[in-house]
Amino acid sequence: MMTIVFQLARALVPDSFMSLEKILQDKKPTILQGWFEAILETYPTDTRRFLKNKKDRFKNPVAHEISQGMEGIFDQVISGGSPDEISPFLERVVKVRAVQDFTPSKALAFIFELKSLVRAALAANLKEPQIHEDLLSLERKIDELGLLSLDLYMKCREKIYELRVNEVKNRVGRLLERANMICGIPEREGDPEVCTTDNLT
Amino acid sequence: MGVWVSFFAVIVLIVIPWVGAQGAGQYLFGIVIPYVAVLVFILGFVYRATKWAKTPVPFKIPTTGGQMKSLPWIKSNPLDNPSNNAGVIARMALEVLAFRSLFRNSKLELREGPKLDYASNKWLWIAALAFHYTFLVVFIRHFRLFMEPVPGFVGLLESVDGFMEVGLPRLMMSSLILLLAALYLFLRRVAVPQLRYISLAADYFPLFLIIGLVSSGILMRYFIRVDITSVKELIMGLVSFRPTVPEGIGVIFFIHLFLLSVLIAYFPFSKLMHAGGVFFSPTRNLPNDNRVKRHINPWNYPVKVHTYSEYEDDFREKMKEVGLPVEKE
Amino acid sequence: MAKVGSPEELARIDYSPPKKSWMDIPPEFREGRWCYGSKAKDHAVVGLPNPRAWSPADEDWKLPDNWKEIFLEGMRERLHKYRSFQLFMDICVRCGACADKCHFFIGSGDPKNMPVLRAELLRSIYRGEFTTAGKIMGKLAGGRKLTYDVFKELFYYFFQCTECRRCSLFCPYGIDTAEVTMIGRELLNLLGCNIDWITGPVANCYRTGNHLGIQPHAYHSMLEFFCEEIEEITGILPEPSFNRKGAEILFITPSGDVFADPGTFTAMGYIMLFHYLEGLGLDLTWSTYASEGGNFGFFTSHEMAKRLNAKMYAEAERLGVKFIIGGECGHMWRVCNQYMDTFWEPPKSLETPVSPITGTRFEHAKEHKMIHICEFTADLIKHGKLNLDPSRNDPYRVTFHDSCNTARGMGFFEEPRYVLENIVNHFHEMPESTIREQTFCCGSGSGLNTDEFMDMRMRGALPRANAVQYVHDRHDVNLLSCICAIDRATLTTLTEYWVPDVEVSGVHELLGNALILEGEKKRTMNLRGEEFPWVEEEEEEEVEEAAEEVADEEAAGKAEGEE
Repeated sequence: MMTIVFQLARALVPDSFMSLEKILQDKKPTILQGWFEAILETYPTDTRRFLKNKKDRFKNPVAHEISQGMEGIFDQVISGGSPDEISPFLERVVKVRAVQDFTPSKALAFIFELKSLVRAALAANLKEPQIHEDLLSLERKIDELGLLSLDLYMKCREKIYELRVNEVKNRVGRLLERANMICGIPEREGDPEVCTTDNLT
Repeated sequence: MGVWVSFFAVIVLIVIPWVGAQGAGQYLFGIVIPYVAVLVFILGFVYRATKWAKTPVPFKIPTTGGQMKSLPWIKSNPLDNPSNNAGVIARMALEVLAFRSLFRNSKLELREGPKLDYASNKWLWIAALAFHYTFLVVFIRHFRLFMEPVPGFVGLLESVDGFMEVGLPRLMMSSLILLLAALYLFLRRVAVPQLRYISLAADYFPLFLIIGLVSSGILMRYFIRVDITSVKELIMGLVSFRPTVPEGIGVIFFIHLFLLSVLIAYFPFSKLMHAGGVFFSPTRNLPNDNRVKRHINPWNYPVKVHTYSEYEDDFREKMKEVGLPVEKE
Repeated sequence: MAKVGSPEELARIDYSPPKKSWMDIPPEFREGRWCYGSKAKDHAVVGLPNPRAWSPADEDWKLPDNWKEIFLEGMRERLHKYRSFQLFMDICVRCGACADKCHFFIGSGDPKNMPVLRAELLRSIYRGEFTTAGKIMGKLAGGRKLTYDVFKELFYYFFQCTECRRCSLFCPYGIDTAEVTMIGRELLNLLGCNIDWITGPVANCYRTGNHLGIQPHAYHSMLEFFCEEIEEITGILPEPSFNRKGAEILFITPSGDVFADPGTFTAMGYIMLFHYLEGLGLDLTWSTYASEGGNFGFFTSHEMAKRLNAKMYAEAERLGVKFIIGGECGHMWRVCNQYMDTFWEPPKSLETPVSPITGTRFEHAKEHKMIHICEFTADLIKHGKLNLDPSRNDPYRVTFHDSCNTARGMGFFEEPRYVLENIVNHFHEMPESTIREQTFCCGSGSGLNTDEFMDMRMRGALPRANAVQYVHDRHDVNLLSCICAIDRATLTTLTEYWVPDVEVSGVHELLGNALILEGEKKRTMNLRGEEFPWVEEEEEEEVEEAAEEVADEEAAGKAEGEE
């Protein structure tokens, strides 16, 4: 469904998108910087400066994942990327946020920060009707991004629970297998149940 | 809060001798307090060090930072994973003299981007080295004041220290570097949020004290001159246990001396004791040779265990069923 | 009209936490950040204090009335017994060198996960309750009183430390947070506050000999099962022996290798190696009594570590073996290397380990009489005693994760790498700042590898995962090998979340793949039962060849007929 919406949006605004894209492309460093700082706001004051340092991905993987993901999201959004194209980048950020100390809304709020940053970057051009129109569609796209991120967030959380279940299963899996303690349901009614417990009595 | 409390505490410590070191008060600040301070320092230091020394080391737990000594064809790392006392001495020497562990921070690493960047973490190591070594140099330079005749190495050190030949009297690089390093260590605490978060009054206080001490020293040497002959007379008196207070020593000297007295009296009861403590650290001062030489825990005591026979009693029948050998049939 | 902010201002929610001193912020027990509380039944088995039903999420932890007294008395006692503890309480200068070295801090950004602050949690009590300055000046001297909230905070953060010692490496005074955490946990244990995932295995290990409580006959039959699987893969049925008196060597490995994938494949690797060596004179037995190499007692108290560790030497003595070989395990080797022969005097019946195959004397283990399986294997390979075909591991592009305990509690880096070099063709190291002595924890060590702690574990795992991702992207690495049972279990979960295309294995699983057993059938699959990718091609080729032959014959037949 979402894909269709995106494609529609793409088809409706063919070339005019370029100018908006051009402006945003030029202001990319400022916007990204602002966006990254906005997400840092959600971390404890005392650790922000540590997280800010993006120089070494091995010393600070959180900043690395977030900033790389954000850049990818930004590029894809302004160039009209499809959800499939955006997802991998969005996932990088969401994956980190999903296991940190945030409620879901807190974890994903960063997406909407992009709106005000883009608006601020376009302040001088807002009067141009074409830009204005493009901006509206871009904002709609960011909203959709919010929904997409919800999907990804849920995927991460489900993964976490799946991992928990897997660990619990795996802990004794081999033992049960060996002990033949898992009884299979017979193919046809009336057949004897196939299960033995010979080794663990 | 800790910053301000410490700051005002040091201001008060400056005001006290300023007001008090007049007339008879000079005996108090020039003789009594320094003696008391030295006494407190010695007793306190010995007390703390013996307390550590007397606390047992139940386990040999060096932090190993390199390959252990194992098979002869495997290259071991005797410095970061010493297998004998010689290695431990070398490891400790590097630790104490070169702050090796802090240096690890600045190991060249692969970074994002085209150029290799490894400067950022070196600052703490450099500042720490600068701070401690210039402190040592300044300390040795003061030998001029309490040794007669002045030993040759003091003169030598001074000529090296003052090689810039700026100012009259010559500017000693060590004092300047010491002051800058102390300021850096202070600013670092205030500017880096993580550090501000963990810093206590006890972290700021000694820094302010040292900044005050060095500043008063610099003031005395270059700006508010005092009669150096009288100062030496006073100090020689202290050292030879025939204390006198000559006339006409400026109050700045008493401020300097009082700050020093506070510093050394405070020393044994503060984090400054890391100077002694580092030698006791069981993660650094022991060889990783547990497998070769048994380490004895002086308070080792017997514990309740689950013996094999108890275990067999629990499971004998099941063991026999699968053909596991048992002790009792 | 009241002034209304701009839409942006209104929309912006202030997420930044309140600016307060860390001493005034009590911890919030949120799902995924703490482990379930220990159970009364397990307390009873090993005699841990205060058995009761409780949860860390409860308001009331059901502590005894004089809990404060017990805690402080325990602290006083330990200050007198451990120089490490006394010293680490005294000399920290809060230089901050350790701050960004902890994987939990890096992954979470929670300032109390900075090693310096984790230790300060206890240090502040030391100052506030034991030093004159702290008693008088309180917070100003960095001291605080022990309160209920403070006690809960200690529980929260000491069970968010994996005792990996990475911070200790960077500390100019060698202050080891692991040591502080260990003492901290001992103090919590005095009041019966431990986690279920630790006391459960402790109680099981005490009674049945291993963490899962596998009874002797089941342990025996699990290994038999592996032998059958080995037979399926190689056509050869190994016959390991158990509890056999008079054997020369006793082998002890973490029980994780016996019941949980992918550790089980490593166990199969051991069995194959021992079978291979039997013909060359190896005389080795397994034990169901000493069937646990790991020691969750180490995550409880020094005393409990000693109580569980007792079985190793005791069983070696009972069976009359000459020395012990220990399997691939991290904290087992920290205990065996730095504690075991201090806990116990090695039995007189043991001798300096000598490899019965190569004659190598392991002089560096002459007192404690135990060698690491990787040392043993590396020596075998060095002497050319193993017939190996590394190409069977060709589907794998391998990297190696150093476990914290063997890295910083032993210095065991080269032996496993040497073995790997000889059994795989594609090996790539992770970046220097993430391996060897600087290795990052799996995020689940020291008894925190329980599923309810998953959020924290995944945060703590990020620094390791990030380095794995790096070699995965750069060198197509698809297998993370390690020599630790907890790693094998938890890195699997780590990679599944962070780097899904990477699998996890022990070193001896790969050895099992490469090892050519005498008289084995042509291998078509690895120890996991996965068919080698080339098998299908070969089969196709064979079919084609056969078809060609048939065609040739037919053609020949035709020709003959024509003639």
